[in-house]
Amino acid sequence: MDNDRDVVLTTRGLTRHYHMGEVTIQALRGVDLDLHRGELIVMLGASGSGKSTLLNILGGLDRASSGTVHVGADDLTHASQRQLTAYRRHHVGFVFQFYNLIASLTARENVAMVTDISRDPLTPEAALYRVGLEDRLDHFPSQLSGGEQQRVAIARAIAKRPSLLLCDEPTGALDSHTGIRVLEVIETLNRESETTMAIITHNAVIGDMADRVVHLRDGRVEGITVPTRRRRAKELRW
Amino acid sequence: MKALHRKLLRDLGRLKGQALAIAVVVAGGVMTLILAVTMLDALTRAQERFYASHHFAEVFADVTRAPLGLVERLQRVPGVNLIEARVTAPVRLRVPDFEDPVRGQLVSIPDGRQPTLNRLHLVAGQLPTAGREGQVVVSDAFAEAHGLTPGDSLEAIINGRRTLLDLSGIALSPEFLYQAGPTDLVPDYRRYAILWMNQEALADAYGMEGAFNQLSLTLQSGADRETIIDALDLALARYGGTGARTRHDQPSHRFLEEELDQQRAQARILPTIFLLVSAFLLNVVMTRIIQTQREQIAILKAFGYRDAELARHYAGLALLIVLLGWALGVGLGAWTARWMAGLYADYFRFPEMRFPVPPWALALSLLLAGLSALAGTWRAVWQSVSAPPAEAMRPPAPQRFRRSWLERSALRHALGGEGRIILRQLARQPAKMALSVIGIALSAGLLMMGAWQIAALDQMLDRQYRDILRMDIELTFNDPTPVRALGELRHLPGVLAVETWRRVPATLIHGHRRYRTSLTGLEATPRLRPIVDAAGNAQPLPPEGLVLTRYLGEWLGVAAGDRLEVAIMEGHRRRLSLPVATLVDEPVGVGAYLRRERLNRLMREGPAIGGAWLLVDDNRRDALIDALHDLPVVAGIGLMDEAERDVRRYLDETLQVFAIVFVVLAGSIGFGVIYNNARISFAERSRELATLLVLGYTRAEVSRILLGEIALLGVLAILPGWAVGAGFCALLSEAFSSELFRIPLIFTPRLFGLSVAGVVAASALVGLLMLRRLWHLDKVAVLKAPE
Repeated sequence: MDNDRDVVLTTRGLTRHYHMGEVTIQALRGVDLDLHRGELIVMLGASGSGKSTLLNILGGLDRASSGTVHVGADDLTHASQRQLTAYRRHHVGFVFQFYNLIASLTARENVAMVTDISRDPLTPEAALYRVGLEDRLDHFPSQLSGGEQQRVAIARAIAKRPSLLLCDEPTGALDSHTGIRVLEVIETLNRESETTMAIITHNAVIGDMADRVVHLRDGRVEGITVPTRRRRAKELRW
Repeated sequence: MKALHRKLLRDLGRLKGQALAIAVVVAGGVMTLILAVTMLDALTRAQERFYASHHFAEVFADVTRAPLGLVERLQRVPGVNLIEARVTAPVRLRVPDFEDPVRGQLVSIPDGRQPTLNRLHLVAGQLPTAGREGQVVVSDAFAEAHGLTPGDSLEAIINGRRTLLDLSGIALSPEFLYQAGPTDLVPDYRRYAILWMNQEALADAYGMEGAFNQLSLTLQSGADRETIIDALDLALARYGGTGARTRHDQPSHRFLEEELDQQRAQARILPTIFLLVSAFLLNVVMTRIIQTQREQIAILKAFGYRDAELARHYAGLALLIVLLGWALGVGLGAWTARWMAGLYADYFRFPEMRFPVPPWALALSLLLAGLSALAGTWRAVWQSVSAPPAEAMRPPAPQRFRRSWLERSALRHALGGEGRIILRQLARQPAKMALSVIGIALSAGLLMMGAWQIAALDQMLDRQYRDILRMDIELTFNDPTPVRALGELRHLPGVLAVETWRRVPATLIHGHRRYRTSLTGLEATPRLRPIVDAAGNAQPLPPEGLVLTRYLGEWLGVAAGDRLEVAIMEGHRRRLSLPVATLVDEPVGVGAYLRRERLNRLMREGPAIGGAWLLVDDNRRDALIDALHDLPVVAGIGLMDEAERDVRRYLDETLQVFAIVFVVLAGSIGFGVIYNNARISFAERSRELATLLVLGYTRAEVSRILLGEIALLGVLAILPGWAVGAGFCALLSEAFSSELFRIPLIFTPRLFGLSVAGVVAASALVGLLMLRRLWHLDKVAVLKAPE
């Protein structure tokens, strides 16, 4: 896939440190990165490599300590809280490792939490149809398997038709079979939309299904590789 | 419905136990407000309506005897609107099949028609026929107490003559809403009656032909009351006027006003306390509930929900809970008000009393409850929702624990592993712990206040009826009588001791303060009605000077040694300057006392007495009462044990009912605080508890941690609870002090014990509920689930 000219998001010299208890953690030490329209990018790194911090900053959940983040012509670095909220509300979808569904709401209602506040969203039913859960609409999270819960989370993330989908260890809490099923859903969605998707994981195998793989280590980009052949999710094994 | 709203309702469902506990507290505040306000409103409106429709007079004046021709002259006093003269007189009655003496007051009405002022509200029968003697209308409460109906007859001793009275009707009057006998605090309908009789008949019987002994009048709007009263006093002095008085000194009106004041105090103080406590509780509980939703808030923010939307969501949760509490409170308040209404109808005889909850009270209570909810939750909500989302999504930093001083002390070996966990947990969050302790202390304080009301009223009555009013019977004579009559009384059957008294109406004046009361002359060292010191011992009266009830002395602004101006309203109507010898603490009523001989001298009379107190052999009581009936000098016979019983019943039915409701509410608050606290603590630590179970701790060992924490908080709350309780009691004692009675600020071990018992009971109940939860804890599921 060659769309070098169509850059949707750019970071330059991104750093981030924060205090945890009595320790200061240097999570990012200068990250330069470009994301392209419609690409599927996998960010690989061990735990503590800074990948979650990077994802939070890309998603407008957190701010960099220094450096810049540009989305199109907009500068996220100096955006107000209100602007960051609007950015998340209209442009970004999140998928978390532990699904983070609201236990008191059904699958349909969980998706509705997002469609209620979006411009031009899919209907909750359509979003759930796209992840293959059209027959589980009115189930509560406790009545769904882990894989199903993660698919609800994905449906929730794509329902707003985001331009950027960020997945934080989406298979981390799942067995490999279920994990691959979830990746298949992400792959299909990527193929059918213009959404830029970033998966962060410590599982190197997932890199095989990406357009590009960003290797993170100690808060820096160690290198970017392009797989010789992009493999289908269902071909992956771990 | 939006998904966020659905979440709100589901969250509420999940928190139902905690929500209900908070709602009960809010309900307590709202209920006390609704109850007090509804009662106040109903009484005030009923009073206004009845006064207006039945032309209740504004000024009253008593004379010994004045010619009817005087009325026309007085009518011309500037500012006087309507004026009416009448005859009133004390009467003794005998009711068929009723042994005890009955006192009554006869009031004249114009022959065959309603009076212009103080009109009667006939509930049965009719007014006495013009020109007929021996017909009366009786007060409805008295008729009800004895089952009398028009057509029945009563035996009366009028001016020493036995007469048979026929009942023509039964009525209510704005003048006698509260029908307590002259020396009683509360009504005794079986032993006290009001009777209305044709003017001519009554004047005949009392030798008052062409004359009157009481005036009622209303004033033109804008007229100066004091000027008119001065003019009346001047005109009536030569006819034995005892000084005109306003409604304020009219017994029925005065009692009603006292009751209204009491309700006003209650409407202000109790709801304020309850609503403050509930705002505080909401703060504690909502802060912690919201903290447990920290992660959910972060995710909603990641989706792009705005801070304000989330703040509204959580404030909505608090408001829903408060709304529930409000509805509960309104229901309970309205229900209690209706129930209290029944009790009040017994004491205040209105033709009708309606108890709708005033709409403004609904609005006010809703506003106050809503404000308390917002005040209680706003900070917690805003703090959580305004935190940057990424911060909330990061795993919380390991909590900082350190060894507490207790662990470094010699106690460390006694502590054990569980003790250490409890202590460190509490010491790590001193602010949270302090808030929980304050919450429990508030409820312990409320409990103490409720119990104090009951105990203090009891003590007040004990002091009044055991230490001060030691006589069994109070006799009132028709007129001042030579002290010789004493000898006759001593020889009556069953009389163990006799003591005399003389009472003279007087106005006490100090600076610009004036108080209408009477001077009571007692024996040098009265034993049946002693002047007691703080320890309850009888004191001799000082040879010179006055002894004043402390409340009255303080109101007038005098201390022992000061001089007081005294305007006597009887006989020579002298104006004297008398020294105040001492102030005494008496819980009920106010009075001014001096030696009877001294009073006789001041009155420039011989050794006269107005009545006597008797100590009686119980076995011969009936014989004595029969003998007393035959004494023409006796205008009234008062039975002290009956009076005491009536007062206690009145307090049981009104104030104590309130106090009991209060104790129940305070108990539920205590439960609410402790339960919420334990429940949240359990939620916060279920992972830790499950880990201990997985590590091989028994459930009993783990439960010690939970129960230990509950117990420790309870213990820590005891002292502050007592302090808070003492403060509440002082506040209420101050607010309830009136001329009628002062509730003493006493603290008995029982009160302290009771507040502790309340906390212990609530803690124990919560402990059981937590144990149940622990027993059902699925340790594997808890450990597997993400934080």
